[in-house]
Amino acid sequence: MPGQSQAPKSSSLLAGLGRCAAWLVLLVAATAAILPLYWMTTGSLKLQSDAMKTPPEWFPENPTTANYEKLFGGEDGGAWEGRRPAARWLLNSLLVAASISFSAVLTSALAGYALGKLSFPGRAVAFWLVVATMMLPRQVSLIPLYLLVVGFDWMDSYPGLIAPFLCYPFGIFLVRQFMMQVPDELLAAARIDGAGPWRVFWHIVLPMSRPALGAVAIFSFMGAWNEYLWQLIVTNRPEMYTLPVGVSKLVSTLSEFDLGLAMAGATVAFLPMLAVFVMFQKYFVQGVSVGALKG
Amino acid sequence: MSSAAIETVPRFRRGGWMFLLPAAIPFVAFVLWPLIHGVALGFFDVQLRETRFIGLENYHRLIGDETFWAAVKNTCGFVVLVVPTVWVLSLGVSAVVFPMGRWARSFFRFAFYVPVVAGGVCLAMVWLWIFDQRYGLLNHVTGSLLGLEFDWLGRTDTALPSLAVVVISWSLGQPIIIFLAALGGIPPELYEAARIDGAGPLRRFWHVTLPLLRPASLFVLVTQTIGVFQVFVVVLLLTVNGGPAHGTRTIVYGMYETAFTPMYDFDYAAAQGSVLLVALGTIAILQFRLLGRKTRLD
Repeated sequence: MPGQSQAPKSSSLLAGLGRCAAWLVLLVAATAAILPLYWMTTGSLKLQSDAMKTPPEWFPENPTTANYEKLFGGEDGGAWEGRRPAARWLLNSLLVAASISFSAVLTSALAGYALGKLSFPGRAVAFWLVVATMMLPRQVSLIPLYLLVVGFDWMDSYPGLIAPFLCYPFGIFLVRQFMMQVPDELLAAARIDGAGPWRVFWHIVLPMSRPALGAVAIFSFMGAWNEYLWQLIVTNRPEMYTLPVGVSKLVSTLSEFDLGLAMAGATVAFLPMLAVFVMFQKYFVQGVSVGALKG
Repeated sequence: MSSAAIETVPRFRRGGWMFLLPAAIPFVAFVLWPLIHGVALGFFDVQLRETRFIGLENYHRLIGDETFWAAVKNTCGFVVLVVPTVWVLSLGVSAVVFPMGRWARSFFRFAFYVPVVAGGVCLAMVWLWIFDQRYGLLNHVTGSLLGLEFDWLGRTDTALPSLAVVVISWSLGQPIIIFLAALGGIPPELYEAARIDGAGPLRRFWHVTLPLLRPASLFVLVTQTIGVFQVFVVVLLLTVNGGPAHGTRTIVYGMYETAFTPMYDFDYAAAQGSVLLVALGTIAILQFRLLGRKTRLD
């Protein structure tokens, strides 16, 4: 570009310095964002005595897996009749998050298609209800849901953990917005060829909506994995805890804050979700941007 | 809803409810009905044996309830501390990162989104340690640099800002993704034109970037406000009963305490929930007013 080549040398040096400074500031900010997670992961490899050292050990000098053995094993008596069912918590979390994610994709795909590509009486009201509930706080329905679950005798059970999240209003909205972009002409052509609404859905609209469905799967999975308040309320028995509940109880049940054990629990809750995020980063980005910019 | 598009291109007019049904059943049972029931509960007195209509009695009680007002005040405090900070930080990071190219964008998007992925409980656990007066990283850093050590979570003046820092740490990821996407939508010719007119980087940011990011900014501000209004996990896990001196309890924490600690006062908690609903409903409606013209319904 001619404009840039004419710029005096000092100003390009300044721009270079500015760029370096920007990188530096950003790296510091990003480090600050990641540091707690680094501290958590390395902390899980420290014994209580090492974790409480002053000055703190920035890098664990005597890394140990003792905390994980305590978490999954159970030689340490006392709490919960000598058991630390972290493996069960992991299983519970996986089962709950996978079920919720599966159901969210299924219901969002079908409802998104109905609201975005079909016309039927009541569609406007249905869409309006979805948008309204998407924005309103879930906490308002906390107590009625609790009464419902108690009434069904679903306390300490998978249905109790899963049922309130079977339908995911944000997912319906996301899929609908995406499916709206499928040209109506394509659907009309298929219809002229004799395809019914189900075949159009299965062979045309669904394959084209994969990115949106991926985003719904990811977001509902992450939401369920990191859900806390609801899982805390409906579980009383340690073997029905999910990871967040179990990990938080590590602190409140023990008489002493066992730092390493708590960090090991938090790391076990964090790493599977991090793996999912690294593998499906594309869908996270798409989901956030579609929800925001096409709203 | 009925636009020209439906009339000109034939659409399926039957089967709509069949596709809607799998979502509609759990939606009504576990989303819509509990929401309505939750608002209704606030007007009743729920006892073990009978439920009695009491009108606005719960709301009268709320007006005189000091802990509820403390919760409202703290919730607003969180909004004031977190929302503008998140907006400025995420906008600043995005504006600086965007011109750096694809790799830098992916890297920083990743770095700031990882805490979102980690979730509230994991982060609360580690921050509990970081804030610890004797063994915490924070006091080690402030102590060795400034000679200052605090009981961060135990003092009335530092507890709320400390929790706000934790909330900010997991709130940046989503806005940064949104701003980076929105920046990609700005035509480069606009910057070219501004440059030809002699505008420096700061003026280009002020007169081109900022106005064009208005919809994205508004979305970020609204979603952040709605999110911060629901702060709960940090209060439960990092403080003792929303203390010190009710200095960190929020509306949702108050609801939890009223309904699920030995008080089991469901209807009074539901009334608190309704106040939250009205507050957030108002914000949502305002957002629709502001952005509504751009929302395609059909």
